[in-house]
Amino acid sequence: MKNPEKGMTLIVKTITRLTVGLILLYGIYIVLHGHLSPGGGFAGGVIIALSFIHLMLAFGKEVALKKLSQVQASILESLGALMFLSIALLGFLGGYFFFNLFLHKGKPFTLFSAGIIPLCNIAISLKVGAGLFAIFAVLVLFKGLDEEK
Amino acid sequence: MMLPFFVIIPLGTAFLISLFGKKIKNLSDILANLGTLSLLIFSLYSISQVATQKILVYKVGGWIPPIGICMVLDGLTSFMLVTVNLVSFLVTLYSINYMERYTDKYRFYTLFMLMLAGMNGIIITGDLFNLFVFLEIASIASYALVAFGTEAEELEASFKYAVMGSVASSFILLGIALLYSYTSTLNMADISQVLSGKPPGQMVNFVAVLFLAGFGLKAALVPFHAWLPDAHPSAPAPISAMLSGVFIKTLGVYALCRVFFNILTVSSRLLFVLIVFGMISMVVGAFLAIAQTDIKRMFAYSSISQIGYIIFALGIGTPLAFFGALFHLFNHAVFKSLLFLNSGAIEYSTNTRNLNRLGGLSRSLPVTGYTSLLGSMAISGIPPLGGFWSKLIIIIAAIQAGYFVSALVAILISILTLAYYLKFLKFTFFGKINEARQNIREVPGLMKLSMIFLGIICVISGLLIVPLFKPFLQSAVNVLLLGNGYKDAVFGMLR
Amino acid sequence: MSEYILCFVLFCIGLYCVLRKRNIIKIIIGLGIIEYAVNLFFVLIGYRAHGRAPILAKDQNILNMVDPLPQALVLTSIVIGLAVTALLVAIAIRIYEKYGTFDITKIRRLRG
Repeated sequence: MKNPEKGMTLIVKTITRLTVGLILLYGIYIVLHGHLSPGGGFAGGVIIALSFIHLMLAFGKEVALKKLSQVQASILESLGALMFLSIALLGFLGGYFFFNLFLHKGKPFTLFSAGIIPLCNIAISLKVGAGLFAIFAVLVLFKGLDEEK
Repeated sequence: MMLPFFVIIPLGTAFLISLFGKKIKNLSDILANLGTLSLLIFSLYSISQVATQKILVYKVGGWIPPIGICMVLDGLTSFMLVTVNLVSFLVTLYSINYMERYTDKYRFYTLFMLMLAGMNGIIITGDLFNLFVFLEIASIASYALVAFGTEAEELEASFKYAVMGSVASSFILLGIALLYSYTSTLNMADISQVLSGKPPGQMVNFVAVLFLAGFGLKAALVPFHAWLPDAHPSAPAPISAMLSGVFIKTLGVYALCRVFFNILTVSSRLLFVLIVFGMISMVVGAFLAIAQTDIKRMFAYSSISQIGYIIFALGIGTPLAFFGALFHLFNHAVFKSLLFLNSGAIEYSTNTRNLNRLGGLSRSLPVTGYTSLLGSMAISGIPPLGGFWSKLIIIIAAIQAGYFVSALVAILISILTLAYYLKFLKFTFFGKINEARQNIREVPGLMKLSMIFLGIICVISGLLIVPLFKPFLQSAVNVLLLGNGYKDAVFGMLR
Repeated sequence: MSEYILCFVLFCIGLYCVLRKRNIIKIIIGLGIIEYAVNLFFVLIGYRAHGRAPILAKDQNILNMVDPLPQALVLTSIVIGLAVTALLVAIAIRIYEKYGTFDITKIRRLRG
């Protein structure tokens, strides 16, 4: 065959086009409602990373890396960790490290409650999601280096 | 208060270096050295704080323990903080020049600062699961650092080390799970209080065995030492100095002390097991070190032997023995780091580590030669350098407690230690110089500076033991002697 | 009581796999089994009789809850296990590139 198609068959590509946006949205939902229902930063971050990895598995690595390149994933990962650390340092305003500043400004069981926990969830999901995608991208790219030799 | 800064500064530095290190040149060097220098200043300040108030408790987030996590600063904590941060500052000074030979220097500094954050976190925490999380952070960073050069042998050593280290961590987690199911709390002082109220049973013995296996592997005691002779030579020289100097002491010996002396009630059977392991480590490490031809492998086996001395002294259990053990811990951290940095300097200049191919380097590498001489004489126990005093205290404590055979074995192993360090000095620095190596120059300036500084500390710790070191060590020994009184001290501070 | 014994049996199976298998990938899988067993044991400890999921909701009066603390700790432990597995797989790929085999009896250049 002169020009083999990258990625998987047509059926897989069609279904991927339909579902990958839904997976990303579901991951964001789990992250944002981490203080009300099971989930939170780790689980939501993994699901967000899985949506990008699904894209890479179905369409081949060039398409996925054009959406989120390896350098961008690395920068997002460090930004997530620095955001988490600065949220924790903000607690020094209240007197202690990691102090929960906004604890009493919100009705329980609504989306804007529980203080700094939703912000921490967002930072953790950035770090875990970008980190997992960066690991996968590095392993895939390394195998590519080996095949060129 | 400044207790959380011991974890904030390395973490922030690590991620800042990872973000900007590739674009801005020299930023990683400056940030890393500034970070370790500020940590050293903080740890020296913490000694003065402990001298005035005996114990300090910091509640993270304002939540009161046992619901919240607390950080505890007492004598043993400040002693270990000074040891770790002093060695790490000098190692980062050294690695400015040494790591030019490797690619991706900013990634090295990121992993190094993560390992330092993990080690500092283990030392200051007062909560058992927090200890496990920081232990894992430090361990994973060290697995990646051992494989940093990505040669074939380094990858093999790192894989072996990673698998054995993960099995040990799962043993520790199993022990923490069992202890949580028995006492339903995770705070160290609270566990101690609940355990003193329960009837004696087999559960605490089983948990003690699991912790001994897990922390013993991290400390390289003899049944669990098989990863160390492969991992420490394969790492780059600054990382070997950190691993052998402070890493196995923080993750292994310090965590063992904290868990066994302050949380679980320590029985005489457990102390006897520690004595047996310590003696076997001393003997096996020394005998295997004589037969080596690779410099760093010989130093790695020597580390196993000296850790055996420390565990043996901890097992004896008298106050004088604790003093000897902690003094030997500080001495060995300084000497072994100095020796590994020297071996890195030799490798930087001559590109080989094989004893049979070196010779007569004392004229070309004067600073390295003199500091190697100081380090070797100190670790073998030649007066008036520091190693002599610590080994003397350990042997006197052993004789006072009635372990005559063990004291005799310790003296013989000390003579054997002198033997293989003399072999190292003879083959490396004295003798005829090889013709191919006529024009070797001395190593660059910053490497010389850190080696000279460590050499000066070797001499100081021997000469100034009584006025300078005795109060510093005595407060650490008092914490170990406090035993179960740790919970009263912590709860007394909370009210 | 029997579920705790089964967790220990799973731990021992994973330990056997790490000790006796010769392929590097099988050793990594064995390490994964060990971590699963310890996490499962930790979660099962939190069970209380007639307990429900530990989630508060509006206008629902829940009396018995299982212990939520082990669930939070196990979440951390799973992420740590993920990081170790990723690192080991990366090292295994590089070992294959340098040595040409996955058999640990042939990857033995360091000895003595």
